This record gives sequence, C-alpha cells and structure tokens, in this order.
Amino acid sequence: MSKVSDIKLKTKQIVKKHKGDKSALIAVLQDIQEAFNYLPKEALITVGDAMGIPTSRVYEVATFYNAFSLNPRGEHIVKICVGTACHVRGASAILDKFERTLFIKPGETNQDQKFSLELVNCVGACALGPVVVIDTEYHGQMTMAKVDKIIGKLKEGAQ
Amino acid sequence: MVNMIIDGKNISAPKDTMLLAAIRGAGISVPTLCAHEAVSRSGSCRLCVVEIKKGNRSRIVTSCLYGVEEGLVVDTKSDRVLNVRRLVMELLLARCPESDVLQKMALEMGAEPQPRFVADTDKGKCILCRSCVRVCEEVVGVSAIGLFARGSQKTVGPPFHEQSDVCIGCGACVYVCPTGHIEMISTGEKRKIWGRRFKMQPCDKCGKFFAPVDQLKYISKKTGVPFEELSVCTDCR
Repeated sequence: MSKVSDIKLKTKQIVKKHKGDKSALIAVLQDIQEAFNYLPKEALITVGDAMGIPTSRVYEVATFYNAFSLNPRGEHIVKICVGTACHVRGASAILDKFERTLFIKPGETNQDQKFSLELVNCVGACALGPVVVIDTEYHGQMTMAKVDKIIGKLKEGAQ
Repeated sequence: MVNMIIDGKNISAPKDTMLLAAIRGAGISVPTLCAHEAVSRSGSCRLCVVEIKKGNRSRIVTSCLYGVEEGLVVDTKSDRVLNVRRLVMELLLARCPESDVLQKMALEMGAEPQPRFVADTDKGKCILCRSCVRVCEEVVGVSAIGLFARGSQKTVGPPFHEQSDVCIGCGACVYVCPTGHIEMISTGEKRKIWGRRFKMQPCDKCGKFFAPVDQLKYISKKTGVPFEELSVCTDCR
C-alpha cells in the first residue's frame, strides 16, 4: 500500500470520528497531526473533500496556527523557551548548545528525523527558567551539561 | 426608519443598514478600499472610520460594519477621524508603496510615506482586504483562493501556492481587488491567472475569445443551461 493511500484512509477515519462536523475542523487537524506528526498535503485535501470545506479554507486554518506543522517533524520535538524570564536566565546559551548538538536551527528537523527544534515564547513555568520542553516533558533549570545528558538519553531510547 | 445627525445634518436611514451606506446615501463621501458592492463588508481596510457620539461618549468605529442607531451623532470629518484615517493610510502606504491607487488616495487625504513605518518590498499591492477571497466564495462559489499564514507572513493565493484545480479563471478576484494586486494576463486564446493557464472559448458567431472554457462549463453545471448555448458571447446573444 502506498503512503498516500495510507494517509487518505487514516484521514477519512479521523473525519468520521468527528462525524464530519465542519466546526470540528481544528480538532480533526489536531488528530491528523497526532497521527502523522505533521499535516501532510494529501491529508489536508482529503479533509476538505470529506468535510465539504474548500481546500483553501482548510489550508488557511492549517497555516494560521503555530501548533500545526506542514513539514514532517522529528520523533522528538524540542521546544526551547526564549521568553523574558528564560532569556534573562540564559536561554540563548541553551539554544546555542542545542543547535550545535543537533546540527539544526530552530524550525528545522535533523537528518535522521529524530529531533525538531522549535522556539516558544513562554510555557508558563518561569520559575524553572531556562525551560526546555521535550515532547510533553518539562526540563527546568537547564544547563549545558543537562542538554547532553537529555539528548543522550533520548537517542538511547530511540534506538 | 432611524434618525441620526451626520455631519450636522438630519439624516434618516432604513433600519438594519450600515452606517457607511447611510452616510453615502446622504451624499457624504467616505474613502474606502474594501467596501466593494459585490462582496460582504469586512471592515478590513479601516479607512471608513467615523466618530460616533452617544451621550457624552465618543468613539471611532468602522462605519461599514456599524449598524445605524436612533439618535446617533456621527462626525465623518472631525480632526480625530482624519488623524486616524491618515495613520491607517500611512500604514497601508508602507505596506504597498507601489500602489498607484493608494498613492492617489494618500495625496487626497494628505498622507505621506513615513520614515517610521519602514516600507515593505515583498508585499506587492495586496492590502489583505480579503475582497478577492470573499468574491470567490460568496459570488463565484468555488473558494479557489484564501489568505494563508498570519501576521507579516500573510499572503493571498491558491492553497499550497500551487495551481488550483477548482479555479475557473473567471477573474472576479481581479475585478474586486481595490489595488490591482492580482495579475491576469489575457492573450486571446489563453488567460493566465494565479499561475494557471486557461483555454478561452471563442464565440460561435463572431469568433471572439470571451470567457475561459472552465468558467462556461461551471456556469453550465450550476444553471443547467447547455454548454452550446453559453458558447455564444454576450454581444451576439
């Protein structure tokens, strides 16, 4: 089975789960992103067809929200907080360390599709600054040494 | 009917109309870009601002989206209004410095390019008023284009910025665009719009190319009129 037909099938199932309700578009897109880690083009087109929403409207919503990604992302998503509190506590050094360790810049995914790097402006845990959120786990009071440790652990776990 | 005082004159307008329509109905001119008769009001160009007074309070509202109210006191040319309008114009001018429509309008209202608003070079003439998107959805009914991304990245176009297969090449978006941002090149038998080429239909009688084949097919499908009847241009019908 080709990948495209896989995507279409899964997308149709997700739309069905939401009973094709047009107002559930964002929820549908969230579920698709959960399933594929990003929003594939084929999925967006299928969503439009299955829900009776023009593709242009679906694409408008998908491009509007920062939470949606139209490019494939890595297995682990590293979100570095560069909000005021974290910045003051040295977030830029932590960002630099991640960039050098993973060989990617913010918004990019590394070659083996293991890590994506993203910047966020506050995760509401300023007391823990500098904060890094990896997938759903919060890592507070980040240091250079901790970066290596965490990435090492994730790489081990991924293998 | 609702009675109001607009620029010191007693004006009455039917209920459920918008302030802009009432003001223009009274023969007072208000500059606008996005208020095209073919599309619904959106309040996106922000040039139609007026000052309304209710009791002791006064505030600035977009007249195209503000419904008429009994006893409303409206000022369309107060200093406050003109200041806001000029500021809006300066911002629009900074976004689209090349637009001749904006330049002409700015000249009329005494707005000049401001050094504090750095001029954009990559936005073309698009002011993101969404008129084209609206006409495509509301009038044409195909929704081939949209406004994508957000903030300073926002752009107009077909989804994925690729050729749209639902576009019928009618050019309604070109017609409603207030600044002439959308490019449509018609060369007799071909028409190019939104990066896609459309074959034009020659009139059965005079042979003149008058509409894209896709548009006629769409009209035929929508109205049930056979295609052969539509392949005669409006002049020969």
